[in-house]
Amino acid sequence: MTLLDEPWALSPSVALRPEPFGALAYHFGNRKLTFLKTPVLVTVVRALGEQPDARSALTAAGVPGAQHAAYEGALRGLAAADVIRPRTRAGAS
Amino acid sequence: MTSAPLPLVQQFERGLDAPICLTWELTYACNLECAHCLSSSGRRDPRELSTAQCEAIIDELQRMQVFYVNVGGGEPTIRPDFWHLLDYAVGHDVGVKFSTNGSRLTPERAERLAATDYVDVQVSLDGATAEVNDYVRGPGSFQMAVQALENLAAAGFAEPKLSVVCTRHNVGQLDEFQRLADRYGATLRLTRLRPSGRGADTWDELHPRPEQQRQLYDWLLAHGDRVLTGDSFFHLSAFGQALPGLNLCGAGRVVCLIDPIGDVYACPFAIHDQFRAGNVLADGGFAQVWRESSLFGELRAPQTGGACASCSFYDSCRGGCMAAKFFTGLPLDGPDPECVQGYGEPALSADRIVPAPSQDHSRTVPTRNQPVLLQLGRKPVSACAESPLAGFTADGRR
Repeated sequence: MTLLDEPWALSPSVALRPEPFGALAYHFGNRKLTFLKTPVLVTVVRALGEQPDARSALTAAGVPGAQHAAYEGALRGLAAADVIRPRTRAGAS
Repeated sequence: MTSAPLPLVQQFERGLDAPICLTWELTYACNLECAHCLSSSGRRDPRELSTAQCEAIIDELQRMQVFYVNVGGGEPTIRPDFWHLLDYAVGHDVGVKFSTNGSRLTPERAERLAATDYVDVQVSLDGATAEVNDYVRGPGSFQMAVQALENLAAAGFAEPKLSVVCTRHNVGQLDEFQRLADRYGATLRLTRLRPSGRGADTWDELHPRPEQQRQLYDWLLAHGDRVLTGDSFFHLSAFGQALPGLNLCGAGRVVCLIDPIGDVYACPFAIHDQFRAGNVLADGGFAQVWRESSLFGELRAPQTGGACASCSFYDSCRGGCMAAKFFTGLPLDGPDPECVQGYGEPALSADRIVPAPSQDHSRTVPTRNQPVLLQLGRKPVSACAESPLAGFTADGRR
């Protein structure tokens, strides 16, 4: 199991502000700003909550398989900053 | 990713849809008369924005997703509606970090602040001892700030900021400032002295000497991960290794200032007509000014580097601080007056005209809070003070 096989979502304390380069993510709890440096990464982050796992969010955003590892690294960084959080599957077996 | 995105710094140089770091000076009124005040504060301006006008700005900031504002002044807590505006902003997803001299942070206020989310408090102190601090900020101001930090700590307010403007007199106290911050559970914040406002008159005497710039740089390299700097020391990056943070001038690109009467300036250190982008009341609101101002358009256009372009350190310091150059009468596309590669000093010795201030809210009648530094520079208040016979004529008529 890697991060890509798990369900994730945007942290409830975080707001995204679209910008030409991607988006600013502001965490209202720890007041940290994080930069999502590409529009595709923003699409991925927004898709996380609607997809069963992070890999599906990458696919839905059109990220080719060869780039999944790089995106996994980016998502890991966002998780460390609490921009995204693991989602507990409601009624998961 | 099909094409490599521009590095973030270059994206920022082209400007963002809304500022990241917005400073809002709520009033020019102040109970202190600091010798280096950026906004030449003292007296309230009769045109200052009303409560309703301030609320409208907060509504607009919420729509623009400006997630927090740095509120200052003057002393912002002097406004009778300050605490209301603070609650209003926080209630509209606009976090507030406010700067204060601490005079109104009573134990009761500290308790209330500790119970409010999204509020940061920044207490200004420009000396780690009363002697050094009060020289520039005025008698009693050290005790005032320390009492505020004590009240915040006693109320359980987490991590206030202890905000220090680095001067010739306090660069040697950096470790002491850190200990002072640690004592109150505060985070140390160090910023650069700018020759703006009353600082234009006192900069020659207060700005760190060249060897102190190096001392400051070395200290920041060693401790920079623990302190905040507002990225204000990027001119020091030309010593070699870049300091943490964004090493660029954010004026009009990611930074701007709203002043107490709603004028929008490119940065907090550039309150001058030359850097005035518009007015939130007269020019269709803050978003309109931020997005459409021709001044901001120019600041977001590619810069050539001018006289600095051939310097091998240009990529590190980007020519330094626009406001520092402007207020010392140096060309904006040349070296910073404190250029650490030594190009500032010849520029300062050459012919230059220091621009006249375009606003001054300093008190016309000084009070007992006036710092020693300004008292030393006091000019005679009347002709009589210069000559006891001024206006006297032998026949007894004036």
